[in-house]
Amino acid sequence: MSRVVVVGGGPAGMAAAEAAASRGVEVVLIDAAPKLGGQYHRQDGLSSEDRLAPSAAHADRRWTSPENVEHVPDASAWAVEAVDGGHRVHVRVGLADDPSREGRVFATRALVLATGAYDRALPFPGWDLPGVFTAGAAQALAKGQGVAVGDRVVVGGTGPFLLPVASSLVGVGARVVEVAEANAAVTGWLSRPTGAMAGWSKAGELARYAGVLARHGVPYRSRTAVLAAHGAESVESVTVARLDRDWSPVPGTERRVEADAVAVGFGFTPQLELALAARCRLEDGFVAVDAAQGTSVDGVFAAGELTGIGGADLAAAEGAVAGFAAAKRLGAVVEAPLRAMSRVRAGRRFARALAAAYPVRSGWQDWLRDDTVVCRCEEVAKRALYRAVDERDVGAAGPLKLVSGAGLGLCQGRICGRNAAELAGLDDPAAFAKRPIAVPLRLSELAEESRAEAPVDAEAAARPFGIDR
Amino acid sequence: MRVTWDGREVEARPGQTVAGVLIANGVRSWRTTRAEGRPRGLFCGIGVCFDCLVRVNGVPDVRACQRLVADGDDIRPQRGAELPS
Repeated sequence: MSRVVVVGGGPAGMAAAEAAASRGVEVVLIDAAPKLGGQYHRQDGLSSEDRLAPSAAHADRRWTSPENVEHVPDASAWAVEAVDGGHRVHVRVGLADDPSREGRVFATRALVLATGAYDRALPFPGWDLPGVFTAGAAQALAKGQGVAVGDRVVVGGTGPFLLPVASSLVGVGARVVEVAEANAAVTGWLSRPTGAMAGWSKAGELARYAGVLARHGVPYRSRTAVLAAHGAESVESVTVARLDRDWSPVPGTERRVEADAVAVGFGFTPQLELALAARCRLEDGFVAVDAAQGTSVDGVFAAGELTGIGGADLAAAEGAVAGFAAAKRLGAVVEAPLRAMSRVRAGRRFARALAAAYPVRSGWQDWLRDDTVVCRCEEVAKRALYRAVDERDVGAAGPLKLVSGAGLGLCQGRICGRNAAELAGLDDPAAFAKRPIAVPLRLSELAEESRAEAPVDAEAAARPFGIDR
Repeated sequence: MRVTWDGREVEARPGQTVAGVLIANGVRSWRTTRAEGRPRGLFCGIGVCFDCLVRVNGVPDVRACQRLVADGDDIRPQRGAELPS
């Protein structure tokens, strides 16, 4: 109970661990990856060095865990439960998805959740073909594995993130055929010198990516999207078209483009399940926090993309504030981290401007045909989803899942949840995010956990689900 | 490092993920879906979507994007829902 527990080893989690440790508090830093850094600082998995190298700007940054930080890598946090005076975090540690993983439980009075976000992908005909990737997948493979997702790649979606992805693809030898931005051009937004963008440190970084694309002759088209992917076993070509202001395709502008891969990203979805398990209050689909990054639950702090999509700088600033606040809760002497707090305020202004400039507009729903898969896991087509809404008068996420099957598969609605909710006219963006078991586990792992957790009734615990082992 | 894909030896290095090895070796599809038998491979790349499931050393439902390869790994495609062998 006397240690700060941080879940997530990206910019927010690392900053939180560093801040709390700097005040003399013991910290546990739990992360699913083998190396720290998260998605933004994704490290080269093939290098034996520990070096955070997301971009030229951070190429020489190293992060060494302070002595009083226990970094627990390869650790999947699958549950958070409230206990007397704090929370318990349940973790499986070891090779990804291997039955040999071991359970660990960390109890704390000061929990920092920094679980980040993942790409939002919108469905379109053919999006379930191999060769269609999220932008984050293309980025992770390029940065972490040195591999390109294809030889001829179309990058599509919305927001500034498309630029580093296209630039990384070029860096690992792919030919980026074009970048299709569904909203207005990022470059125009960057050139606006005042308002939210003034003094934003990432502007230079983005301008560099734009430069890389220009040098390689990569066309960057605004109000354009990939509307379909074609191919038998994997992507052979895509249809690209112009969009109107609401993202409905402009008739007659369709082009067929030869490509063996597509990387699409339409912003990010926060990884909310642990925060929801801790009963943190949400606001507009993100975890609501106060000026010290405290959530609505005593002893639980949140930082980074969980509280709003604003990029690595904001995440690190929020992480630092959360780390100091968590240390203070454990009795450390901490002065208000005024500099980090002012970086948070500036970052949030930028995040609001980003969200306003790069929203997902409703016209995407016109891209789907009746037979287009919405839920990839359970193979639920748009037709089946609409039937559930129309014939069964479904008006909430639970019944929608049960009637249509969307969101009931292995990913637990992570990929389809927001899309299915929008298609069905549900207005809660986090409607699908409640997952009591935050990451899928094997039944044998759950059984082992229940044995370890319930020593009182040893006989019942030895026979999970009433089955003799 | 000695790693096999569907019984045939493929090039692999420490630090590579199963997905990294497969894509570097030109394999893009390694699973078929339970209901309609559609081909699938890597999608989200960061452990969220569970589309890239593969069989490693007889154990199905391993995320290829998250699993690091180890010497001697026997990696095989996953067809529909499979039980551990």
